[in-house]
Amino acid sequence: MIEGCFEYSGTVAARMRKILYLIFVFLIIFGCRHKSPENGKQAVKTVSDEPAYGDALVAGSIGEPSILIPMLAGDSASHDVAGLIFNGLVKYDTDLSVIGDLAESWDISPDGLVITFHLRKGVRWFDGVEFTAEDIMFGYKTIINEKTPTAYQEDYLQVKKAEVPDPYTFRVTYRKPFAPALTSWGNLVVLPKHLLEGKNITKTDFGRDPVGLGRYKLRTWTPGQDVILESNRDYFQGRPYIDRYIYKIIPDPATMFLELKAGGIDYMGLTPIQYTKQTDTSYFSKNFQKFRYPVFAYTYMGFNLRHPFFQDKRVRQAIAYATDKKEIVDVVLFGLGKPATGPYVPDTWPYNPKVRTYGYDLEKAKILLKEAGWKDTNGDGVLDKDGSPFVFTILTNMGNSLRMNTATIIQWRLAKIGIKVDIRVLEWSTFINEFIDKRRFQAVILGWSIGLDPDQYDIWHSSKTKEKEFNFIGYKNPEVDTLLEQGRRTFDTEERKKAYFKIQEILAEELPYIFLYVPDATPIVHARFRGIKPSPIGISYNLHRWYVPKGLQRHAAMEP
Amino acid sequence: MIPYLAKRLLEMIPTLLGITILSFLIIHLAPGKPTDVLTEMNPKITPEARERLEKYYGLDKPVYTQYGLWLKRVVKFDFGESFSTDRRPVIAKIWDTKQPLVERRLFITFVINAFSMLLIFLIAIPIGVFSATHQGLFSDKVTTVTVFIGFATPAFWLALLLMMLFGIHLGWLPISGLKSMDYDTLSVFGKIWDRAEHLILPVFISSFGGLAGLSRFMRGSMLEVIRQDYITVARAKGLHERRVVYHHALRNALLPIITLLGLAVPGLIGGSVIFENIFSIPGMGQLFYMSVMTRDYPLVMGILTIGAFLTLLGNLLADIGYMLTDPRIRAR
Repeated sequence: MIEGCFEYSGTVAARMRKILYLIFVFLIIFGCRHKSPENGKQAVKTVSDEPAYGDALVAGSIGEPSILIPMLAGDSASHDVAGLIFNGLVKYDTDLSVIGDLAESWDISPDGLVITFHLRKGVRWFDGVEFTAEDIMFGYKTIINEKTPTAYQEDYLQVKKAEVPDPYTFRVTYRKPFAPALTSWGNLVVLPKHLLEGKNITKTDFGRDPVGLGRYKLRTWTPGQDVILESNRDYFQGRPYIDRYIYKIIPDPATMFLELKAGGIDYMGLTPIQYTKQTDTSYFSKNFQKFRYPVFAYTYMGFNLRHPFFQDKRVRQAIAYATDKKEIVDVVLFGLGKPATGPYVPDTWPYNPKVRTYGYDLEKAKILLKEAGWKDTNGDGVLDKDGSPFVFTILTNMGNSLRMNTATIIQWRLAKIGIKVDIRVLEWSTFINEFIDKRRFQAVILGWSIGLDPDQYDIWHSSKTKEKEFNFIGYKNPEVDTLLEQGRRTFDTEERKKAYFKIQEILAEELPYIFLYVPDATPIVHARFRGIKPSPIGISYNLHRWYVPKGLQRHAAMEP
Repeated sequence: MIPYLAKRLLEMIPTLLGITILSFLIIHLAPGKPTDVLTEMNPKITPEARERLEKYYGLDKPVYTQYGLWLKRVVKFDFGESFSTDRRPVIAKIWDTKQPLVERRLFITFVINAFSMLLIFLIAIPIGVFSATHQGLFSDKVTTVTVFIGFATPAFWLALLLMMLFGIHLGWLPISGLKSMDYDTLSVFGKIWDRAEHLILPVFISSFGGLAGLSRFMRGSMLEVIRQDYITVARAKGLHERRVVYHHALRNALLPIITLLGLAVPGLIGGSVIFENIFSIPGMGQLFYMSVMTRDYPLVMGILTIGAFLTLLGNLLADIGYMLTDPRIRAR
């Protein structure tokens, strides 16, 4: 049947070419024309800038929440939405200090073992019942319960005793002073006792229809499509201006960007290329506001320190000299990030700006490798030592193009000093279970999300090198161990700072990881939203103070 | 006929059992565990917590025990609870009775597939007949090239282009999702129109790629029939060419299409991950993909079992279809 296709006469072939050409032109015209859509007009109107109630904010998300009980949730979409419904006892202020949320104030005993929270009075659950210390107690008992399938109980197992002296006081006693303790009393343990007591938390509908006390409450949740939240008019810090918060699920990033352009969503996170190039048009600058701030995370290349190649510190330093972090930030992140020098975000209090750095310097790298005994004896361009060539594999996970690009740049740079690098990209579960957990890797490119508390005991302490634990590179340094202990056993910020500064100096000298970069978060929000105050902790912390002036409101008021 | 059907239905049981055993083994062989979503690379999670979670989900038991437990539930038509953190029953994820019918995943996928399959059959069969009767002519080649372009075009790319064209440049059609933001305020007719508008692009994309297969198949089957002696006889009798083609040839050429129809039955509930993701359509493809990526064993098994059952059922229906339409087979 097919053979007929190849017997075109000359004129037919010419006609076919013409048709194909027309199709091609059609695609070019519609694929490349950048005309702004119609909905750009309203931003031009001048209106009063008074805060006003009303309108809706549509946020785009790739993932769908799974369950809206913070202690049971494992994915970021669930935590995002649950964070609007529940509050914690304490929270971080914009300068990263800890301030009260549901707790008005707290006292820490001089020995650091007892924390007493004094709760805010008159806070009510959505159903009108008052929030008391009993609810915290209930949440605490639930999270430490063997039967609760939570992954977050570790911090709470440190508690020796919890008490409720009166409805507005909650007191916990620790076995040892534990600095991350204070911030652990965030929103993981706030649950309405009057609704859940005596029930199996996994068997109730609460996770899909929660009763909280936060800024927004759940209105409807259509699986796979959207989660619609409405403002809590009795919120204890004042009714949020924006009436509805719509969490719209759009799994494809390209579609999400098209929806943003078409006015279907108001708020999303941009990729570096979208931030620098695709939104760099007059349409976007007129209709949208872009933000940029460092994420509490960093990307690194970690070495398996059990591997003979990487046991020598000079080799790791040489690799650091041969890796141009500035280049990686500029090329991979389009400049939207900072080179990392240690495991903390620049310009935060635990960050030590004065550690040893390794500027791009091939000569120094070569000298260090020579000192470590690596020479190219057989002239094949690859260094060798005791007969084995310096060839290693960098593993990273699938689906993260930033990491793959970073690996490629490192591969290219290391070739210049005679180290041959292979790159292997693996599906996430396989990567973690078969390679990280079983320690079958030479080097990896991965990232850590770091909490706002500087405690990183689990990542660096030598006791955390067993299977499935997080010091998977096998880093062991007794001094770092002591400093990590010190850092988590005092509440004195100056003391902690000293310990973490010293740890960073040691890490910068020994380089168990090559700290690569701290990426920036780059959200975009429609221009009609006002009251957004960017800070080191992002923009969404004061969501309840965002507003749209009356004349600019797009969505009709909501019937209560 | 009845004994034949009973025999066929009984034969389905061991096949189905075999499929579930294989599926169960294979998904458990894949590295990774359902608890990874909760525990992976989070320094706050201790190995003890991980072990406790594995025990909670029954993953510490040997695979055959797990399969036995699963099978015991399934024979009672209970697919168990999903391993994702929400712990909802598998059935509720596929067919959520708390949601209106039009929001249930299986229904959404079914509607889109039914529409696109209808469209494919409506367009591809005439194209096939046309190509066969105009074999080797220019018009045959144009239709052939067109359907092959459809076949070769990556769906995600075409989808994005059409979204840009109709969603942004022209502003005629919505870009993604199943309904608009102001859906609740619309009249009944407005609601139907709103949903229809959202379905235009997805249905078009999913049928565009499917035209090639069926139209080529139809063309081949038609050509074969046209060469038969009885067609020559019909022509020799002096019948009008149209009557020869549509009355005598087409009816026989359509027989093999019944097989395709039967095979298409499981396709009605299996969604495509790619276009569902691109158009943000919460259908079966998305659900299955997510369940595989998170190693949500009960959900994966639930969808696979239903799919396997429908495949077998489709085969059976095709055979029954043959018996009803083809006297030669009926006679045996």
